[in-house]
Amino acid sequence: MSNQSPQTLVAEEDQRSNGGPIINDFSIQVATVNGSGSQSSNTVLMRSIFQMGIPVSGKNLFPSNIAGLPTWFTIRANKDGWIARRKEIDFLIAMNAETGREDVMNLDPNRVVVYEETLKLNQYRKDLTFFPVPFAKLATEITPDSRLRKLLANMIYVGVVGELLEIDPAEMEHALTKQFKGKAKAVALNKTALDIGRKFAKENFDKTVVPYKTQRMNATKGKIIIDGNAAAALGCMFAGITVATWYPITPSSSLCETLADYMKDYRIGEDGKASFAIVQAEDELAAIGMAIGAGWAGARSMTSTAGPGISLMQEFIGLAYYAEIPVVIFDITRVGPSTGLPTRTQQSDILSLVYCSHGDTKHIVLLPASVEECFSMGYDAFDLSERFQTPVFVMSDLDLGMNNWMSDPFKYPTKKFDRGKVLSAEELKKLGSFQRYADIDGDGIPYRTLPGTDHPAASYFTRGSGHNEKAAYSERPDDYKRNMDRLNRKYDTARTHVPQPEITNARGAKIGFLAFGTTHWAIIESLDQLQREFNLPIDYYRLRALPFTNDLVEFFEKHDRVYVIEQNRDGQMEMLVKLELPAELTTKLRSIRHYSGIPIDARFVTDELVAAEKGEKN
Amino acid sequence: MSTTIQPPAAAPRNTNRLGFTIADYKGADSTLCAGCGHDAITSQIIKAFYEYGVEPHRVAKLSGIGCSSKTPAYFLSRSHGFNAVHGRMPAIGTGVMLANSNLISIGVSGDGDTASIGMGQFVHLLRRNVPMMYIIENNGVYGLTKGQFSATADLGSKTKSGVSNDLPAIDLCAMAIELGCNFVARSFAGDPKQMVALLKAALGHRGTALFDVISPCVTFNNHEGSTKSYKFAKDHEELLHDISFVPFFEQISVDYAEGEVKDVELHDGSHIRLRKAEKGYDPTNKSEALNSLRKCQESNEFLTGLIYINEQKPDFLTLLNTVDAPLATLPQELTQPGEDALREIMAELM
Repeated sequence: MSNQSPQTLVAEEDQRSNGGPIINDFSIQVATVNGSGSQSSNTVLMRSIFQMGIPVSGKNLFPSNIAGLPTWFTIRANKDGWIARRKEIDFLIAMNAETGREDVMNLDPNRVVVYEETLKLNQYRKDLTFFPVPFAKLATEITPDSRLRKLLANMIYVGVVGELLEIDPAEMEHALTKQFKGKAKAVALNKTALDIGRKFAKENFDKTVVPYKTQRMNATKGKIIIDGNAAAALGCMFAGITVATWYPITPSSSLCETLADYMKDYRIGEDGKASFAIVQAEDELAAIGMAIGAGWAGARSMTSTAGPGISLMQEFIGLAYYAEIPVVIFDITRVGPSTGLPTRTQQSDILSLVYCSHGDTKHIVLLPASVEECFSMGYDAFDLSERFQTPVFVMSDLDLGMNNWMSDPFKYPTKKFDRGKVLSAEELKKLGSFQRYADIDGDGIPYRTLPGTDHPAASYFTRGSGHNEKAAYSERPDDYKRNMDRLNRKYDTARTHVPQPEITNARGAKIGFLAFGTTHWAIIESLDQLQREFNLPIDYYRLRALPFTNDLVEFFEKHDRVYVIEQNRDGQMEMLVKLELPAELTTKLRSIRHYSGIPIDARFVTDELVAAEKGEKN
Repeated sequence: MSTTIQPPAAAPRNTNRLGFTIADYKGADSTLCAGCGHDAITSQIIKAFYEYGVEPHRVAKLSGIGCSSKTPAYFLSRSHGFNAVHGRMPAIGTGVMLANSNLISIGVSGDGDTASIGMGQFVHLLRRNVPMMYIIENNGVYGLTKGQFSATADLGSKTKSGVSNDLPAIDLCAMAIELGCNFVARSFAGDPKQMVALLKAALGHRGTALFDVISPCVTFNNHEGSTKSYKFAKDHEELLHDISFVPFFEQISVDYAEGEVKDVELHDGSHIRLRKAEKGYDPTNKSEALNSLRKCQESNEFLTGLIYINEQKPDFLTLLNTVDAPLATLPQELTQPGEDALREIMAELM
């Protein structure tokens, strides 16, 4: 292993150029105020790079506010396909007077700044390349409407950046047309703004001093760009959901909103009748209650929320666990505790999901890392929930849910829905009777009937209080214990049904990484850094669901040390792993935690690992 | 062996129009205190569902937590029941009805379950007009936790130990009318005749039917000084009208003089007839209903009867415009869009 210190690694950044221009490997940051309409402009910028075949990712760092507070949008273009957040900014577009100074001060030397001329940002640094643009003035050339001018100034910077980075003008126009699809007037106005920006840069700046350039490649052909919430919504729609009940909360609101949009397009018949019901509830308690009521009555039902909503739903979720009612809950996590940082990302709800509610409870939690998994797990969650007659969580996060990610198109799910063990009137006729909570098959999963089933033996009484196998009220110790043990057996059965981990082996690795969710993107890039820069091979266990599967222990047996890498302060997943392992293996556990609210990046992981491993050697 | 084909027999004796016996509408034995008002209500529910002729398998019985919420176990054992968490039955009921609009749901709640912990959900159930019969077994106290005041306890009412309630009562009927509930009735557990007529009327209504029943707690709130005791209720009941119910499957006979009776046709074609109406009380007049409730509250009386009814308002499921079949059992072919749909969506995102 190399003994380079983390500090010396900064030099690596500049190795990108080899003396010439840095092609398709840079990050752009747009600093602006929220509510200024920069989102469309940033999407156009990102899309035009994407359309040139260059892998790209976009992250919006925004405030919990509607208008007037600082917001930053970061676009990373990377020819090697690394799409995690990159800490360092190469190209700053500074539009916000309030943060301009700090934005500029944070840059590494030799970076590029395009800024609103009147902010005079060039006074703060001598080691950067500055491009002042009179955005406000240029916008007045297009329209006298002051509100519109503000929006168009944003499209002017897209034009300026396009010229400096040599982004294909045809792709920019294409992206712009897509963005304002069907709004001819908006397309025309924005096109004018784009051209003005481009022309201004061409006439006033020497673009050869900008080291970063785009160059057409072929790495994005056939790919889509989508956010995780929209992907999860599609998963739900193709899972045939019929009831969605929700309460608005950042960062999950767009999941059910997008779902409603798609359902209107694809799930309303020619007679105008909907094969679904989507209800905005009065609070999270009602949202989960309705979803559970619908699940009990046989619908594929779901809700989506964030941490504070999960806290409110706890009592109901315990009921659904104990009374054994299917329901799917999407938790798009944000930064806690309490209101926390509502618009920042974290993986800090794990413990509150897996043990959600009072009493002995434990739940199935799916852990998507990509938009593709938001779709596929969004879909699988309903099969699992109906099969196991229990709440199933899908834990995404703000970074995955609300940011734009590149992906292969989603594959159409061809399997038949698994509606679980539901007895029909015909089956009851043959059986004569049934016991709601009896373990007939030895897998811990009982049979159920739906209200409306026309058979005298179909009915049973669902309750959150103690019950026996016939669903009758019982306080008997043996009834209680038999039932709780069966629920445990059911959870064990789930181990082989949940999405299995993805284990990547490197030749000769003695160290393992264990991570889940969006941390994945920083991990795979870090693994590459560690291999290239330190010649350090590391195996990677990407956890995709809880409960753990049996190969967890095996992974620990094979390695000297396993680093659980996660985005929370307390090492919540590390705690769960510790509980799962035999005591002698727990000494192999190490932890790397990132919890600032900003998505974890590869360099952080690499630095932490290198520092920790140095400690191990001593 | 005879092969003579028998003509279809009329419903045998001791059955309702669907051929069910009263036993088909009964439930497990009650575990409530002897003499509890709730048991009287349970009996009338059994009677009303039997006489109206509801198919038991189509009923969903719902409740929250408390003495009242135990009662669904004591009627209609051939129906699915769901005893949920405290104050949250409205959400469960809403979800159940979203999933299966063919069900007939009956929710039983108490004054604590509705007017305190469940107030938020109750209000929104009414606002949405979810099809559900919502019965409040109102005794002014928390029975299961041994006699604390609830939010419907009247100002000045006393506990067994003599502590006086110094907060005003929430009038759930007045509140329901304000919130747009289109069927608001109040009755008394000691008046089975009125109760059964109102229960049947509620079955004929489409939308939320709110039924507030004063149901004395014999253990914790039936003493001197209580305003929810049998004695107090009997002495202070203010009958709005004599009510009779004519189900849609029976011939209507006109045996009354013009102006003597107020007749209201329900959604299902049944009729209710309000006789000797108090000063010509008109239950379709919202402001009259609210005024009457206020006046009675001021004079420490409680109004019983059909306080307000409006059969013209669409219920929540109608507004959602869902397919006629229950959403819960739609087959995959109807709920999963085809491969071309996904292809189209993907192309849009490229």
